[in-house]
Amino acid sequence: MGKWFKSGSPWIWMTGGAVSISLIAVLGLLLLIAWRGLSYFWPADIYQWQLENNRGEKSTLIGEIYDREQVPTERLISAGHTFNQHPGEFVERYLVKTGNREFVGLDFRWILATDIVSRSTPAGIAKFERTKNGNFYGYPVAVINDGKRIALTDDNIETALTAQIERAVDLSSQALSLQKSDIGSINYSLERLRLKARKFELDGKLTAQAKADFDQQAKQLNDEYLLLENALFDLRDQAARDSVVIRDMRGQEVTLNLNSILDVTYVNHLSLLAKIGHWFSGLGHFVNDDPREANTEGGVFPAIFGTVFMVMLMAVIVTPFGVIAAIYLHEYAKKGPITKMIRIAVINLAGVPSIVYGVFGLGFFVYMLGGSIDQLFYPEALPAPTFGSPGVIWSALTLAILTLPVVIVSTEEGLSRIPSAVRQGSLALGATKAETLWRIVIPMASPAIMTGLILAVARAAGEVAPLMLVGVVKLAPTLPIDMNFPFVHLERKFMHLGFHIYDVGFQSPNVEAARPLVYATSFLLVSVIVALNLTAISVRNHLREKFRSLEH
Amino acid sequence: MESQVTKPGSATNNLLVDGHSTRRAFKDKAAEIGVTVGGTMVFVALLLIFFYLLYVIKPIFDGASIEPVTEIALQHSDSPTLMVGSDEQNEVLYRVSKQGTVDFYSAITGQLISTVQPALPDGVSVTSSAQSAPSEQRFALGLSNGEVKAYGIEFTLTYPNNQRLITPRVRNLLGDTPLVINPKGGIFDLVFGYSADKMSFAYQTESGQWYLNRQVGEENMMTEEIQWHAAQVAINDAPEQVNQALLTPDHRQLMLMAKNKIFIYDIRYADEVELLQVLDVKEAQSKVVNVELLAGASSILVSYDNGYISQYFQVNSDKGRLYQKIRDFPDVAPVSVMTTEFYRKSFATLSASGELTLLYSTSERNLLDQKFDIANATTMSFSPRSNGLIVDAGNKLHLFAVDNSHPEVSWSALWEKVWYEGYPEPQYVWQSTSGSDDFEAKLSLMPLAFGTMKAAFYAMLFAIPLAISGAIYTAYFMTPKVRNIVKPTIEIMEALPTVILGFLAGLWLAPLIEDHLPGIVMLLIMLPLSILLTAFAWHCMPAKWKQRLPETYQELMLVPVILFVGWFAFTMSPVVEMALFDGNTRQFITNDLGITFDQRNALVVGIAMGFAVIPTIFSIAEDAIFSVPRHLSNGSLALGATNWQTLTRVVLLTASPGIFSAIMMGTGRAVGETMIVLMATGNTAIMEWSVFEGMRTLAANIAVEMPESAIGSSHYRVLFLAAFVLFVFTFFFNTIAEVVRQRLRDRYSSL
Repeated sequence: MGKWFKSGSPWIWMTGGAVSISLIAVLGLLLLIAWRGLSYFWPADIYQWQLENNRGEKSTLIGEIYDREQVPTERLISAGHTFNQHPGEFVERYLVKTGNREFVGLDFRWILATDIVSRSTPAGIAKFERTKNGNFYGYPVAVINDGKRIALTDDNIETALTAQIERAVDLSSQALSLQKSDIGSINYSLERLRLKARKFELDGKLTAQAKADFDQQAKQLNDEYLLLENALFDLRDQAARDSVVIRDMRGQEVTLNLNSILDVTYVNHLSLLAKIGHWFSGLGHFVNDDPREANTEGGVFPAIFGTVFMVMLMAVIVTPFGVIAAIYLHEYAKKGPITKMIRIAVINLAGVPSIVYGVFGLGFFVYMLGGSIDQLFYPEALPAPTFGSPGVIWSALTLAILTLPVVIVSTEEGLSRIPSAVRQGSLALGATKAETLWRIVIPMASPAIMTGLILAVARAAGEVAPLMLVGVVKLAPTLPIDMNFPFVHLERKFMHLGFHIYDVGFQSPNVEAARPLVYATSFLLVSVIVALNLTAISVRNHLREKFRSLEH
Repeated sequence: MESQVTKPGSATNNLLVDGHSTRRAFKDKAAEIGVTVGGTMVFVALLLIFFYLLYVIKPIFDGASIEPVTEIALQHSDSPTLMVGSDEQNEVLYRVSKQGTVDFYSAITGQLISTVQPALPDGVSVTSSAQSAPSEQRFALGLSNGEVKAYGIEFTLTYPNNQRLITPRVRNLLGDTPLVINPKGGIFDLVFGYSADKMSFAYQTESGQWYLNRQVGEENMMTEEIQWHAAQVAINDAPEQVNQALLTPDHRQLMLMAKNKIFIYDIRYADEVELLQVLDVKEAQSKVVNVELLAGASSILVSYDNGYISQYFQVNSDKGRLYQKIRDFPDVAPVSVMTTEFYRKSFATLSASGELTLLYSTSERNLLDQKFDIANATTMSFSPRSNGLIVDAGNKLHLFAVDNSHPEVSWSALWEKVWYEGYPEPQYVWQSTSGSDDFEAKLSLMPLAFGTMKAAFYAMLFAIPLAISGAIYTAYFMTPKVRNIVKPTIEIMEALPTVILGFLAGLWLAPLIEDHLPGIVMLLIMLPLSILLTAFAWHCMPAKWKQRLPETYQELMLVPVILFVGWFAFTMSPVVEMALFDGNTRQFITNDLGITFDQRNALVVGIAMGFAVIPTIFSIAEDAIFSVPRHLSNGSLALGATNWQTLTRVVLLTASPGIFSAIMMGTGRAVGETMIVLMATGNTAIMEWSVFEGMRTLAANIAVEMPESAIGSSHYRVLFLAAFVLFVFTFFFNTIAEVVRQRLRDRYSSL
């Protein structure tokens, strides 16, 4: 035994253990996120429990099982719970999502296994997804179609209920698009008109003629607005025509207007294939829809759009600078103190905490640069800032500095792998250094530049701390790109997947309800970033192989 | 075919043509310059960040400046001055004489705007006058018939024809009904406090008896008239020969100063006035000149004739809340007049020869020391926004412009213990905002720097053993095939957004650890034990079996063992909890051990942030160990050393600078990490090393407070300072790491 210890073999095993632990941690983490994120879309069974507590009170509960845990009986007893029979050392406890928020107060409830009399999965229970107040669970009884009550039976569910919901959803989405695109664009035009008039006033050119002209235009827009508003109210009224009568777990009949209902599912009815279909459609809605209810329900489309747009803008800024810096360091710089300092600067830029970039971006870009731009070009909007407040362009610029070292390091590595014989050959044939670079070296190094860019994008997509200061918001009313001139609005604030995770997970009023959505968002972000990194790694490996063969 | 020959040739042809050749040379040169400029931009960017941060920080360490603006000759100078002041814009100045005459002057034209005389009954003269706290701009007169009058100076802003017009007026606070508080005679040495429903007057009669008169107003619900109820008590234990009297604006304390002693009375209830404390303020060889209340009226400032000022405030002790000397300001020019700011803890003193000193109490800063032509000044006052100073000297009103933006920040306020008003002892406190108005920002960076260190320490405690031993195994013992998979897998961790790690740490790991504390402890003990046991079992296994299993896959063999141990520890956790801690470990820790337990604590942060830095350390350390030249280790092995001996004596020794640099890089990253700490701790700025309590780090603090700090304020600039500290800190770590790594690279290439 002593000899065995002396041989050092146990220590080697210990180091091996460290590798195993790290591996388990990495893979476990990824699997945890994937499992929790993806199971969010799976339609869970809806149960109906008959409960009887220790005082003999009976009740019915309908809902999905959200979580379960083993609780030591001691802890329950010390918390004041009493049992008629001692249930053993541990009691199982279920967290049930009961929905029906406006009727039961809390939409999550813990129930003890000892209180459960029976549990069933009745096929008649339906899950209603709603625009507000979360899900509703219950037995649909009848549909009130244009004032007529039609009792629901197994045969007419499709025609009476689903079709009517589709109609209402259709009308609501028409109303929404009218409100967002047409009415939104009129409001935008009105605002531009006001700013234009103000600019005239500031320049001293606001004559009576011009003023009358502006008033005329504004009046015209207002008239159009009134017309559209009527159409909007009309659509909304139509959508609110029908309603559905549902018997909930208290046994009471509740009437819900169809304009608040998005979808109905008889979950317990579904076959496996239909559930898979549901899973995919849930995934699709998650990616395509706007968030609802303070971001705790619905999709994350604006966050995806904001992230992608900001990252693309950043890529456009960072690539030329990074590539030029790398070319300078590798091709032009002579060995000396200045080059050494630049290298240390690159390393330090990579090591400076991201929040420091955020502070710098806020002070320098937003307040100083943006503030000056406002003074010079947008005096008519002052004191309301245009570029002088956090926005997507400042976020992109800040992250461009942050990711600059990534591009530089990667490009330089690519440049150093190009055999010098290639350069010398080009120079020997009479090309100038610039021509060699442009025609020979950069094309050969382009996969390395690509790698750097991908890594930079991956880094930027996951960075949150600096963005919190320079442009990300919880809920952006408009996307940075829309159909109003000048179409791309670089000064607007935007939503970001990473910030969405922080915000929904930590700042939302109902963290419990939002948690699965956070896991789903995390999974989306992680999979994008891991995929980007894997692509970068494979591109780099491919490049290494290629140049290795070139050298021999 | 012809085109194929001529096309590639065209470039060669061009070379021979002169015009083209110069253009190409020009392009080449232009490219060189462009690339050089572009390359140095990186350096410029770093410098820009550095200097921009400095540029924002610098004003907080600048002193104040005072410039004379205007002088106005006084029109009525028959009676001495009681108080001076100005409106918020510093456009209208006023001077109140001890007889109650108020003169308003325009600071722009220097002209007298108006004069207001108090309406006195016939044959009655003013026997004493008093001014309120500076921020209230009120004064009171005691008359020879025992009546008191109180006035407030008010300014109304109107905009006729879009022009700002400031109209000053004097408001009679007591209405037309005369308020007689001493029917027997005149009122001397009056001090007063006034609020909407309460008035306090303290005065001396001609015979030298002190009285306190309290008027409490009650609004009649029906008529909305205020009815005043009076109470009057004699203060029998008052000292003789009172030099100065003060009454706090909150009607709680009356201070009478006599012969280097301050008699402090509790006057909260008019029927039980009692002597609270006799404060001896005697300093050797010097005489007390003046006693003033600092803004907020919690502190007393005592100034002496030799230029020494001391600050006293109430501190909780065994005998109750007693005044205690807190700090002093020596070496000020001999004080003749002193005044305090309206809302901040700044105060100014003026010597008889006109030397003006501007001080700030909590930051102990001497902001300005300058001599002006204002000898023998009688009164002095700050303007409401503290950007002006009005001095009455030599029958003239002098207006000075004061630029004093960040007096509350100083080296000692940021990094040393500060004794704040209301605190029992000097402390490090970070509390930048609060709901109340007369709140003093407490901007000590110490708790934040401490939190940063604590978070980094626990993270490194978790990360270093795992990352370094993992790197050793991966670089030295692992087969290339496995290494090619393992290394990128661990490195991909580095790309994981920290917001996700933070989210998991805060919402998944923290409750998990809270529920399974015994399991976590068991895991810590059982993991190494189980690995050793597995190793021993392997060692004892018959050689026949060993041959079937390749030893190089040790790490893969350990995976199921570790998984099992993990599962076992967590399953057994409730059982152990039941057996040892009555089923509730958390309660046991809080109640029986007396340790505070936060759900989001340093343990959670340590694990989560450790995770984030493992790939950084692992990757650099692995590179360093892997690139140790093979002939070194082969030589050692050939000389008969075992694998482990070669590793510890040769390989690790050679690679140690690389490992050091890896740890430095990891620390740099842990120090600056924001999202994990933000989400996985409670973000309370405490200074405790306890693993079960949270912390607030510099980075998380910036993320939390930056969006709501006003641009240009002290708070904004201190947050920039925090960012600058982080910047310098990480710059230091990264530069060391990089220099060490460069050296190592050179050494390897020479080997």
